[in-house]
Amino acid sequence: MLTILKTLCETSAAPGNEGAIAKLIAEEVRPYVDEVYTDALGNLIAHKKGTGKKLMFAAHMDEIGLVATCYGEKGQVYVAALGGVTPQTALYQRVRFSGGAEGVLVPDGKLDDIAKNLSLQKMYVDLGAKNEEDAKAKVALGETGVFGGCFALQGDCVISKALDNRSGCAALIYGLQQAKRNVNDLYYVFTVSEELGLRGAKAAAVSIAPDYAVALDVTPTGDVSSTNKRAVSLGEGVAVKIMDRSFIAHPIIKDRMVELCEKHSIPHQLEVLEMGGTDAGAIHLTCGGVPSGCISIPVRYVHTPGEMISAKDLQNAGELAKLLIEEGIE
Amino acid sequence: MYLSELTALPGVSGNENAVRAYIKKRMEPLCDRIEIDSMGNMMCFKKGTGNTGKTLMLCAHMDEVGLIVSRITEEGFLKFKTVGGIDPRVLVSKRVLIGEEGLPGVIGRKAIHLLTPEERKKAPKVKELYVDFGAKNKKEAEKYVTVGDYIVFDSAYREFGDSLVKTKALDDRVGCGALMELAQEPCTWDICFAFTVQEETGLRGARLCARRVKPDLAVVLEGTTCSDIPGTNSNMVSTRLGGGAAISFVDGTTSFNRQLVSWLYRLGEENQIPVQYKQTATGGNDAGIIHVSAGGILVISISVPARYIHSPSSVISLQDYKAVKDLTKVLMQEVDYADNIENIM
Repeated sequence: MLTILKTLCETSAAPGNEGAIAKLIAEEVRPYVDEVYTDALGNLIAHKKGTGKKLMFAAHMDEIGLVATCYGEKGQVYVAALGGVTPQTALYQRVRFSGGAEGVLVPDGKLDDIAKNLSLQKMYVDLGAKNEEDAKAKVALGETGVFGGCFALQGDCVISKALDNRSGCAALIYGLQQAKRNVNDLYYVFTVSEELGLRGAKAAAVSIAPDYAVALDVTPTGDVSSTNKRAVSLGEGVAVKIMDRSFIAHPIIKDRMVELCEKHSIPHQLEVLEMGGTDAGAIHLTCGGVPSGCISIPVRYVHTPGEMISAKDLQNAGELAKLLIEEGIE
Repeated sequence: MYLSELTALPGVSGNENAVRAYIKKRMEPLCDRIEIDSMGNMMCFKKGTGNTGKTLMLCAHMDEVGLIVSRITEEGFLKFKTVGGIDPRVLVSKRVLIGEEGLPGVIGRKAIHLLTPEERKKAPKVKELYVDFGAKNKKEAEKYVTVGDYIVFDSAYREFGDSLVKTKALDDRVGCGALMELAQEPCTWDICFAFTVQEETGLRGARLCARRVKPDLAVVLEGTTCSDIPGTNSNMVSTRLGGGAAISFVDGTTSFNRQLVSWLYRLGEENQIPVQYKQTATGGNDAGIIHVSAGGILVISISVPARYIHSPSSVISLQDYKAVKDLTKVLMQEVDYADNIENIM
């Protein structure tokens, strides 16, 4: 699973520009399903027929990023955020645009002067361009970019950008590839634009009209920060979501997940998140209401180039996805 | 040109009747069927020339920002709330028209002589303002006005400069006018001209249209922010007046399909139609709710830049308005491009 995770992390997918990673995932899942297709928003939908109730899995493919909004005379490229980009984290990060151009996000002026109310509007991407024309040749207006942060594996610890949510994608791919049978009529949906407000999942849920839904996503831990006290810790197992700000997990799903973990001795922990949201939040309000839950992978430093997960937790998330597929939800 | 008449009509969100009636009368002879839903959205359907089974939805919202009467004071002044996003600083001393009858009034606030030094430094709040329409007291005021009456800006359509226009409600009567003028243009796909309600209060009407029509492609025609004005950093200029039809690549509610956006920009260039990108990622329009409806719908947004948008005196260029119509017309001719989803992802 770490091999596919690395490939996924190293592929860029800013919100609204998930084409490349969708192609990659399509090839991974095609042999294991009956049908693979893309909807009007770019959601990748893989259908595996089953006799039971319709179960939709959702893992978002996009990562936070930037979009080029205009140029400066000296070749500056000004950008706006796509998703939850904090200015303090973004400053001096490497940026890679979808056309291949590389740059650095730097302060527009003296750092001391702008540091107080830091915002992306007070920064620009320096491509090393000679002038405005040169910048235009390197990056088109509206072109999206993602932050750097190379993939590293150190013992059980994985450090990379975009672990939110390539971890979820990797766990779902693992689960569907390893599953030897299935009960439910399964829709594996790799969604778009989650970071912009759960947009892809909302659309896909309506077209699929599932009976149940399970999202796979990361969840921030509370094990290193003294200010954000949370029960979830890195390396303590896959997290079964109780709630976040977008939804409260339905007992049918949550209890089934805990039951499967206990039956198969999969290390797990319960997650109560006072913030954030995931695709399940959008899905559960569609089609007259869809009982939904979420398999979470604990992550430290979410939305930074140094997101950190435990390989064991990821493995456990993959196993739980596999069990849900094999043993199903009635 | 319908624009001068359209902008004169009152149509604050939730009260689009006059606008809808005006458009309906003129669209009836031009299309096959008209449906009006429970919210007041109007959908005008026209069969395409190609029997493709595909539907293109062209969309513009009929409503404008305005005010609504919330209380009548003992002195006969009208306290009000804003409907849609209005900067209270643009309101003071502006002329307004109240209720169905369009009674004239003025938005009042203490004159500068009466303001304390502290008050002078602060922007007025809506709750400090009132509409004065000449009533002697509450009893007299209640003969003409009731709580819940809508209030619109009183602002004449006026052309000036090099084909510029100043008036209220250009957002989004420019879209409505463009749709009406495009009603007879050929298209292989079936077309739904959707005139939506309550965009300014949160994209409420368009959601129903998207679900009912389930188009294969939706094109939202809008008036959008234009900030090519003194005091704006060059990296915060969203569009330029006279710069042509503004194509959105991302805004606060939608990240548009990159291939479609590039294709549309190219169409403009190839057909000598002035085009520009909307260069900031803020704001939003009906595309935001349409694209996530009905299982996901491809969307495009083409806008006429409008300075001083959401004020009584917004300003557009008629050349930009023409560019938006021309670009949409070419899009209607070339719409088959959007047929193959796999190719544009």
